[in-house]
Amino acid sequence: MKVLTLNFLTCAVKACKSSTASFPLHPKDCELVSDTIEANPALIYNILPRVDWAALMTTASELGFPTLPAQAPTKEELEADEKMMGELHTLLLETQISEGMLRCGNCGHEYRVKEGIANFLLPNHLV
Amino acid sequence: MNANPVVGTEEAESYEEQHVHEVYEQIASHFSSTRYKPWPIVSSFLSSLRPGSIGLDVGCGNGKYLAVNRDVFIVGSDRSSNLVKIASQSQNQPHAAVVADSLALPHQKDRFDFAISIAVVHHLSTRERRREAVGAVLECLRDGGRALVYVWALEQKGSRRGWDEGGEQDVMVPWVMKSSKKDVGEAGETEKTFQRFYHLYRKGELEEDVVEVGGEVVESGYEKDNWWAICRRPLKE
Ligand SMILES: [Zn+2]
Repeated sequence: MKVLTLNFLTCAVKACKSSTASFPLHPKDCELVSDTIEANPALIYNILPRVDWAALMTTASELGFPTLPAQAPTKEELEADEKMMGELHTLLLETQISEGMLRCGNCGHEYRVKEGIANFLLPNHLV
Repeated sequence: MNANPVVGTEEAESYEEQHVHEVYEQIASHFSSTRYKPWPIVSSFLSSLRPGSIGLDVGCGNGKYLAVNRDVFIVGSDRSSNLVKIASQSQNQPHAAVVADSLALPHQKDRFDFAISIAVVHHLSTRERRREAVGAVLECLRDGGRALVYVWALEQKGSRRGWDEGGEQDVMVPWVMKSSKKDVGEAGETEKTFQRFYHLYRKGELEEDVVEVGGEVVESGYEKDNWWAICRRPLKE
């Protein structure tokens, strides 16, 4: 599962959605692998305005990545900074969580990631 | 065949577990090998999106719609982990897929530019649950975001199944899976039939459900044995 995907996922428990503590989910005991994905600068420029940057900063630091700038870079900044572009490409699209858990900061429920696939089916008592 | 003796929520869940989820889990790879051609309405909806749009494919199955537009980012989800494994394969880059229930989606409200729900809500066994599923998709949309919902129609005059206006809407539809028996050393093929539950929508029913859960129908129509509706949440004044 990509780091980018985590920016668009939250707890599946209905009561958690109104709580700010449920987003982003917190990776726990995660194994990371790196996929090689063809560079696609246009995709990165275009999706960045739709990424929750504060949540991405949290995720990146929890996964042990170097601290991201406090603001999302603009298209112009990225065009001028190949290194930053490459780092974002690696972080958002190439880095995969292959195994581990994603924990909700509100209810504490942990969702399993197995062979790169996150499972959000809830046990009966949480439905 | 008539179907659906469902009364309460728990019964609905276990009924769908048996007559929908289990079946897809079992037939996943065979089903997937027959599902590769996107329907035109769905393709044109996805192709019309602005580059960089973020969306959902609720009930993404084998991910056949993930590859249509690579300039947007889609998080697909499905109940069947076997189908999600297929959907997550690299030909569907840059998109993603997770295992989730359409009535308990792991997504924020008010966040997404678009969503599609293709041949999914007709597998829910009560009207209340079908409406809830449409509502769950609408809830994820930001202001101005749009969702395309696509369901099987009762009115299928041209189809070999013989369904049409006035007929039974809750039906079981067989899926015949052929597999070769070479592993066991027997000759020829073996056939196994799975029964899947479907609710066939009559004309106007999908639009009624959209409105009932607070949505607005932007455009709707009929395409080859299916009803579809593009909907959104009402714009705030
Ligand atoms: Zn939670």
